Amino acid sequence: MNNMLVTLTINGQTMQTVCPPQETLLETLRERLQLTGAKHGCELGECGACTILVDGEPVLSCLTLTAAMPGRELVTIEGVAHNGRPHPLQLAIAELGAAQCGYCIPGIVLTARVLLEQNPTPTRADIREAIAGNICRCTGYVQIVDAVELAAKQLREHETVTS
Amino acid sequence: MSAFRIIGRSRRKIDALAKTTGAAQYADDIFLPRMAYAKLRRSIYPHALIHSIDIEPALRAPGVLAVITGRDLPNPFGILPKNQDETAMAVDRVRYIGEPVAAVAAIDEATAERACELIEIAYEPLEPILTIDAALAPGADSIHEWTRRPNTHKSISLEFGDVEAAFARADYVREDTFFYEGSNHAALEQHATVAHYDEAGQLTVWSSTQVPHYVHRGMSNVLGIPSSHVRVIVPAVGGGFGGKSEPLGFEFCVAELSRRTGRPVKIALTREEVYYTHRGRHPAKMWLKTGVKQDGTLTGLALRAFLDGGAFSSFGIATAYYAGSLLPLTYKLPAYKYEGMRVFTNKPACGPKRGHGAPQPRFAWEIQLDKIAAELGLDPLDLRLRNLIEPKSTTMNSLRVTSCGLHECLEQVANASGWRERRGKLPPGKGLGLAVSSYLSGTGTTMWHPQLPHSGVYVQLDRGGGVTVFCGSAEIGQGSDHLLATIVAEELGLYPEDVRVVAGDTGLTPVDLGSYSSRVTFMTGNAVIQAVDQLRAKLFEAAGEVLEVPVEQLAIADYKIYDTTDTANSMAYVDAVIRAEARFGTLGATGSYFPPKLGGSYRGAVIGTAPAYSFSACVAEVSCDLETGAISVDKMWVAHDCGRALNPALVEGQIQGCAYMGLGEALMEAQAFDPHGLHLAPSLLEYRLPTSLETPEIEAILVESIDAEGPYGAKEAGEGPENPIVPAISNAVHQATGLWFDDIPLHPHRVYQALHPRLSALEKPISLPDYPFPEPERPDVRDYWSEPT
Repeated sequence: MNNMLVTLTINGQTMQTVCPPQETLLETLRERLQLTGAKHGCELGECGACTILVDGEPVLSCLTLTAAMPGRELVTIEGVAHNGRPHPLQLAIAELGAAQCGYCIPGIVLTARVLLEQNPTPTRADIREAIAGNICRCTGYVQIVDAVELAAKQLREHETVTS
Repeated sequence: MSAFRIIGRSRRKIDALAKTTGAAQYADDIFLPRMAYAKLRRSIYPHALIHSIDIEPALRAPGVLAVITGRDLPNPFGILPKNQDETAMAVDRVRYIGEPVAAVAAIDEATAERACELIEIAYEPLEPILTIDAALAPGADSIHEWTRRPNTHKSISLEFGDVEAAFARADYVREDTFFYEGSNHAALEQHATVAHYDEAGQLTVWSSTQVPHYVHRGMSNVLGIPSSHVRVIVPAVGGGFGGKSEPLGFEFCVAELSRRTGRPVKIALTREEVYYTHRGRHPAKMWLKTGVKQDGTLTGLALRAFLDGGAFSSFGIATAYYAGSLLPLTYKLPAYKYEGMRVFTNKPACGPKRGHGAPQPRFAWEIQLDKIAAELGLDPLDLRLRNLIEPKSTTMNSLRVTSCGLHECLEQVANASGWRERRGKLPPGKGLGLAVSSYLSGTGTTMWHPQLPHSGVYVQLDRGGGVTVFCGSAEIGQGSDHLLATIVAEELGLYPEDVRVVAGDTGLTPVDLGSYSSRVTFMTGNAVIQAVDQLRAKLFEAAGEVLEVPVEQLAIADYKIYDTTDTANSMAYVDAVIRAEARFGTLGATGSYFPPKLGGSYRGAVIGTAPAYSFSACVAEVSCDLETGAISVDKMWVAHDCGRALNPALVEGQIQGCAYMGLGEALMEAQAFDPHGLHLAPSLLEYRLPTSLETPEIEAILVESIDAEGPYGAKEAGEGPENPIVPAISNAVHQATGLWFDDIPLHPHRVYQALHPRLSALEKPISLPDYPFPEPERPDVRDYWSEPT
């Protein structure tokens, strides 16, 4: 099949890449653009390890074709820290020990970021609901939920200080 | 106020931000120049002879660089010295669906995958043997030629004390049969390996492994290259749980493909391939007979266990022993008989999964004890409290118990869950269940070279104030790198972030046997303390001269060495390093850990020994929908005696992770096969496992018994807490429904059937094969209550 020239906007940068029309976004990110923070866990949309944001919503990049992405805003885990400063979610997960093997964490950070943008005061049930598509085999989720709660609190406090 | 600055405090792991920002590099994240990609052609038969393999069509395909088959890598390997029964790919015979038969390296993965399909293989199918009963049936074909009787991998028959006399002495004796389904680790990271055999004949392998040392050994043997030319590096590993704790065939395939192509070669397994690679929990059929006095005092136990091992040995001998040896660790047991058997079947090999051999019989016994308590009208909590093992005792099978916080674990979960007030008073469909267990903090023996240390560490100080610790331990998410940094920082007055950790690299680091058997904190921890103590002594000697203070009067903290009687009299850490280097030369020190000599003198006595044991107790609260049979676990309280929590948040994370994994095994997970040997659920959707919605809040309670031999008193936390979870849930389901379930997983349809008497006839009774175990070996027994000598 003929390759296509695709223009992508990833983490605020616009770039061009050449790929076959059937290539998944996960493959493009990892193998062409060296953005390896999105992970393979199943290739079937079951585990959430490949989650990235497309136009501000969590999307499974293993089920998404790169060819469909021009004009969309993509954010990967590499685009979450700001000028080298980790996002409060990234700090909270690190502080509370919620990243064990870490393989699910990029997907969880991105999913939880969207949750906190849409709901700054989530309950634990809200958090569990939001990350239900992100399988974690290490933690039993408790510390992850703790960390999202902590980050939500810190973001709210930050909001109060800056507004 | 703690005597420690770093130890005992929850603290961010040194690699935590790498993991939250996506910077951590896992094996599949490695991309090297000119790298080729490998795929495996796998058997479609569970049992067949290979008559011929024609690789030519694949070799001719554009983009294909090399094709190999089993005959190209005929040297056998296996994690246990006595069981070298695997080859990188099948030679002449396949023994399970999914067994690798050929491997292709190509310019990209898709090309390699297409080329695999071009390989022509002529098979002669054989009758597959797919169950324990079929494996032991008279006239069964033998999956391996070397077994004494067809398909009997390991048979164990041991009796400690006179178990028949113990039953005769009992007021109540009960027999039950149980079945524990197999399950896969399903670590989120699928196995991946990159191998590079370079122009100088040096092989470097980056692999998602828990055991770089054993992969190193296997590479040398299987590829026939000097061990000195092999280097195995552990990148970030996305979870192990035992599934990556032995060399695996595909690791050798990519190394050989690299040697043949002169390029680095990567393989990344698919999720389906992970299920067929397996090495997970053994399905087990068990029969238990327990005798008790009227007051619940145990008089004796007999256990017969049949483990379904799948097609290869893996750690199977150890699994078979563990299934028997770890039961006596929780209760004073005056007589015990164990008959164990691991059989071969035409399915992916089973191996060690979190708890290794212990969860299945623990499940069975803890349910049987609840049945006994019900019969005798005792509270299951009281039955257990009456029989609990105590610190500084020796079990019937000669296991040395040092510290033991089991009593406190049980009291803590009972209090936290409101056991005494709430049990039996919950509405229909709700229940509380309880169970306890014990587990190894590392094994007392090694598989190879028992005279060598189990863990080695080298610590190097540089004159700029930097410190580097080198250790072969494998960071798989449990925090072993952080452990090394924590201990070095504690002992040298630094912070973990100041310590550079070089770990899991067999080219650079002293041997540590790896991340299995819950050994790292105990063994590596002791080794690193030994190394860094020597360096601190040198710093004190050099500083003492400057400060004019005897070394006994010095302390080290916050980048300073100071006089404890006059804290203003101090010198900077870095200045002390410079003085010490001037005085002693380059500053480096090694540390090693050897376990003490442990265990009885009977055959297999050493398997089950450990320098210390952890203890756990769990109370689970469940709800059962009495209409549909659906069960949910509403809350779990898990208390764990970890000796000392070196980093409480990490210990809590291990406990919660264990509870999660037990929950999956109790209610959902099943590595099960159809009558042709095909996996019934080889994907994360079909293989049901708990998400954040099915996982309840889990309260982790730390019990610190301060073990005299553990580093700062620490013991394991990574596996033990899983063992009481499944029986606690099952016992809670009994409370909720009035029904006993002697097998798992408790899928809703099974509960539904049991709840409806009309359908309960569909439940098949659990029957054990009629296997003639030999007369047991009867070792001299030490009194279970003796003080260790």
